[in-house]
Amino acid sequence: MTATALQTKVQQVVEGTLQLEVTNVSVQTDSITSITFGDPLGEVLPCYVPGSHLVVQYGSGANAYSLTGSGSAPTEYSISVLRVDGGSGGSLAMHALSVGDRVQVSHPRSAFAPAATAKHHLLIAAGIGITPVLSHARYAAEWGASASLIYVHRPGTGAHVAEARELLGSGLTECMDRGSFQEVLTRRLTTQKLGTHLYVCGPTAFMDSVLEQARDLGWPKGLLHSEAFSGAALDDGEPFAVNLARSGVKLDVPAGVSLLETLENAGLSVPNMCRKGICGECSVPVLRGKPLHRDLYLTDQEKEDNTAMMCCVSRSLDKELELDL
Amino acid sequence: MSTVINDNVRDADVLPERIKHFPFPFSGDFYRYSANVEPSRKEVPTEAGAWGGRLLHIDEHYLAELKDRDEVLDRDPSRLQVLPHMRPAVWDAICTLLPALAEEYPDIVSFTREGNVCRWRNSLQNLDVEFTVGDDSSLPMGPLRFLGSQIQDDLVFLDHRQDALWLDAGVVTFAADWSVGFDVGMKFLEVHHPVPRVKEEKIVSRAEQFLMRLQPGEQYRRTNWTLTIDRRLDTSTETYPNWAHDRTTIADDPALPDRLHLRVEIQHMIRLPHSGAVLFMIRSYLLPLRDIARVPAWRENMGRVLAELPDDMAEYKGIIHYRKAASDWLLAN
Repeated sequence: MTATALQTKVQQVVEGTLQLEVTNVSVQTDSITSITFGDPLGEVLPCYVPGSHLVVQYGSGANAYSLTGSGSAPTEYSISVLRVDGGSGGSLAMHALSVGDRVQVSHPRSAFAPAATAKHHLLIAAGIGITPVLSHARYAAEWGASASLIYVHRPGTGAHVAEARELLGSGLTECMDRGSFQEVLTRRLTTQKLGTHLYVCGPTAFMDSVLEQARDLGWPKGLLHSEAFSGAALDDGEPFAVNLARSGVKLDVPAGVSLLETLENAGLSVPNMCRKGICGECSVPVLRGKPLHRDLYLTDQEKEDNTAMMCCVSRSLDKELELDL
Repeated sequence: MSTVINDNVRDADVLPERIKHFPFPFSGDFYRYSANVEPSRKEVPTEAGAWGGRLLHIDEHYLAELKDRDEVLDRDPSRLQVLPHMRPAVWDAICTLLPALAEEYPDIVSFTREGNVCRWRNSLQNLDVEFTVGDDSSLPMGPLRFLGSQIQDDLVFLDHRQDALWLDAGVVTFAADWSVGFDVGMKFLEVHHPVPRVKEEKIVSRAEQFLMRLQPGEQYRRTNWTLTIDRRLDTSTETYPNWAHDRTTIADDPALPDRLHLRVEIQHMIRLPHSGAVLFMIRSYLLPLRDIARVPAWRENMGRVLAELPDDMAEYKGIIHYRKAASDWLLAN
């Protein structure tokens, strides 16, 4: 087969997406299912950086899911999805997919990359958080990099356990309860050699706790990596107003309604994709006022500059914002 | 007036390829540094033809320039640098650029891959090789030197870590007065420290932010320029004694229009899709003033840019001793 050429499409919501076909669905556990997508014509898919995610569209929404392969010349993209019955519907839509269904997905996006200079990769996952670190473990195995994994899951509910065991061998530590995990974590955080990078993915509280302990033990920020998009739903926020400088329109943004929705309801078309503050498509220029940044796209510096905001999730610290729209 | 236009048209028809595809960089009568980036592969029309429709460009100098690179590397292996953690990035570049070249020149080269085993054929070099991704010993001259033997571009690899870019690998034989052996291991901002004005204008830090936000597979480009005496691609800091002296004598040399070249770099910036490293590609084109002057709009543009260029920029570009002579010649014609 011929490898695909470089992707030339940039930041284009429609043209930048891939039309793929579900080629396999396999049940991992009672609540986790793995879904594999391939090109309908069998072409090789674009490579991706380990730890990347794919934004998969469903019905009216889109969700980001970690890719579980290493990303080297892939013929397929695999994700594993935890069914969340009370969620926004994305996971149920994924679980309803069957072989032959067509889906629209983004190009893989990298936001949780391995550090090339790491002397050792310490991977830490809880539950469905295994997915991006499995990608890291595969990449480490392919390049002969040193890696170990602490995987917290309840007996019988862990996805990809067999693969993790095969990839990591004695480098895998499985923890079935909070107490044993805490013991292992403390030991690992205090015995790493210089140059170890830590990568954590799991529920928000789990990640916060791991990162906080690492920082308290003196780990520099640059060695800590976390996969943030699995975070919990954002709160409704306070109401605020926006002044659209170019169109001379003033709009109220009620609590529980996003700025993006408000703009759309007013008939403005704003490019957007994930609607979760990940993809960066719906950036709007801010002329005056301090946004309450809740996205995962802008850098800390850019957030401090207050010259742009992701209107899908971000709101306002001031009563009113002026936008260059 | 109409006669002049007709003359231009007739002249453009017979212009040689080297002029037709030359990426003439000036659009107005003055030049300042800017982060002049745009998406790559978009063809730019010029007064003489067009450039930029491709990521990689094979021109009539292909074999000569690659021979030149090979000799430079034999003489001075320090022009090739790979810090150990950049090995995956180098292989990623091979698996990205060779297929891209094959797509753009299917009659000349071909690339196939089955798993990690790749086959590369290059009819210009009578080459047919098989190698295995990740196995350095499968390319006896080494993966980066091999890649550098297939394309005319110099290559620089930047690792993205700790909210910065680090120049951690490269094969650079055609540097415009810099040294990859000196710069390897430095941060992007440190590499650009000597460039006047750009720190104050925050151009380098904005460029770095831009590069750090590139997503895998995205590719952009910009151009840069300087002047070079004779058709000399290797103007690295290492060979300074061989070429620097000419800069003080060229102004009085009657052969100036033939010896002095406008040197334009097309720089491509790519986020490599698998390793996530940023690849900075530098392709250098040289065209003597005599050829520039065959395109009336270029002659005038370049003459005025050289005359207007502030001293600090002319000093940094190393052209301050002779830019007036060059400008005078261009504008006098």
